[in-house]
Amino acid sequence: MTARSNKKTCVIIGASHAGINCAFALRKYGWEGDIILFDGDPEFPYHRPPLSKAYLTSDPNTPQSLLFPKENYTDDQITLKLGIRVSSINREEQNLTLEDGSTQAYDKLVIATGARPFIPPIKGIETAKNCFAMRTALDAVNIRKAFNQSTKKRVVVIGGGYIGLETAASLKKLGAQVTVIERENRVLARVTTPEMSAFFTKLHQNNGVEILTSKTVVAVENKGDYNLVTCDDYTTLEADILVIGVGIIVNTELAQEAGITIENGIQVDATTRTNDPNIYAIGDCTFHYNPHYKTHVRLESVQNAVDQAKTAAQAICGDISIIYDSIPWFWSDQFDVKLQMVGLNTGFTDIIIRQEATENSFSAWYFKDDTLLAVDAVNYAKAYMLGTRFIKSGQALDKAKIADASIPFKPNNFLKN
Amino acid sequence: MKTITFITSDNEKIITEANSGSVMELAVKNKVKGIDGDCGGVCSCATCHVHVEPSFWNAVGAPDELENDMLEFDDNVSDFSRLSCQLQVSEVPDGLILKVAK
Repeated sequence: MTARSNKKTCVIIGASHAGINCAFALRKYGWEGDIILFDGDPEFPYHRPPLSKAYLTSDPNTPQSLLFPKENYTDDQITLKLGIRVSSINREEQNLTLEDGSTQAYDKLVIATGARPFIPPIKGIETAKNCFAMRTALDAVNIRKAFNQSTKKRVVVIGGGYIGLETAASLKKLGAQVTVIERENRVLARVTTPEMSAFFTKLHQNNGVEILTSKTVVAVENKGDYNLVTCDDYTTLEADILVIGVGIIVNTELAQEAGITIENGIQVDATTRTNDPNIYAIGDCTFHYNPHYKTHVRLESVQNAVDQAKTAAQAICGDISIIYDSIPWFWSDQFDVKLQMVGLNTGFTDIIIRQEATENSFSAWYFKDDTLLAVDAVNYAKAYMLGTRFIKSGQALDKAKIADASIPFKPNNFLKN
Repeated sequence: MKTITFITSDNEKIITEANSGSVMELAVKNKVKGIDGDCGGVCSCATCHVHVEPSFWNAVGAPDELENDMLEFDDNVSDFSRLSCQLQVSEVPDGLILKVAK
């Protein structure tokens, strides 16, 4: 037996961005006991954002981009139990029941279960040919395999959100014939403004992607060689590959069945602790308070996963003075466009568009009255970085000056006199 | 094999060796404090900011436009700033010294 066996055990459910970063942060902040992670995904923990972007268009032999090199797990004595699902959290016994019926004891538990793709109840979708979501490494591998085996390469993407559009752009780059079908009247309807939606629609159309909006897929029929996709207006399309990107379901079931408080995600306090003092939750599955925006949010992002992971690790190691207080940020890559977003634009009253001299470079600045809430920067990282600084500082800004592209892009030029 | 030295903001010196990959990946592997590389190395998050020791600046070279834009309004930018995810071990000089930005 090692000296460690007398020490406390921290178990983490979920070995993706949140769980893995939490494990390494626990060691960094001094956790001396065992650290054990479980994940149903058998793949060695990898970066998810590239799956729909660079990974899909890379050489087929390209390995997954690992979150940390394998040696680091050995060095830090972090135990990965991959391909193993957790069946229940037994709070009274302070243990987990695993899918094979065995148990795993914990002193501290971190729930980093994330989310899974929502598969809409479309008639025939269970039996559709080459029908994939885009969330895991296996999804990306399967999409690429189906793409390479297909002769006609006709792809229908159901859902015009970030995942759907990124996948559409990547497959188009590879030479597919791509159609995106969106139920709302514009793409990215749930996450951004009509101005940004219009820009991304045009970007895709200019690159040869067909974007169909205000259209719902009602049936998919496997015709052997392809799928016949029927929409609510009776139009039909033929698809060799179907990609589903209509949103996610938060993986809260384990927590809920254990009696942990759920509220649009697992409810956590400023240190990421749940209503059970020994159980924390981090990442996409959490519903948490954002002090800057003074509101409760659930975020699907790498930033939130990594930053909450660090907060949880510090709290578990005994430092509860650290509270989660990050300004959210996100990014998306589609064709030659790099979109970087900072802040939360919920509740904005006006939007300022600043168009730079270069055609595809602009930024959208979201204000609630005079307060800057968020910035979306398209091919213009300067606006993303300066927006971050202004959101943090809360300096009074002159909207008219931001909108005036003849005024050089310098911090002092945008401040109110 | 190249030797690359990182100096953290608390003046810890970490000497590393590598042949390939990005300098950010090398730093993460060696747990260099202050280098996170949260975006996975796509020049989107600026959590891998370093200052190149000036005598190596010409050999390392200046950032491209996107990287420069990321750095320009970073609170701790200097004339020797780079994002280490954009530096390839194979392309930087042997013996390189990098100070981790605050």
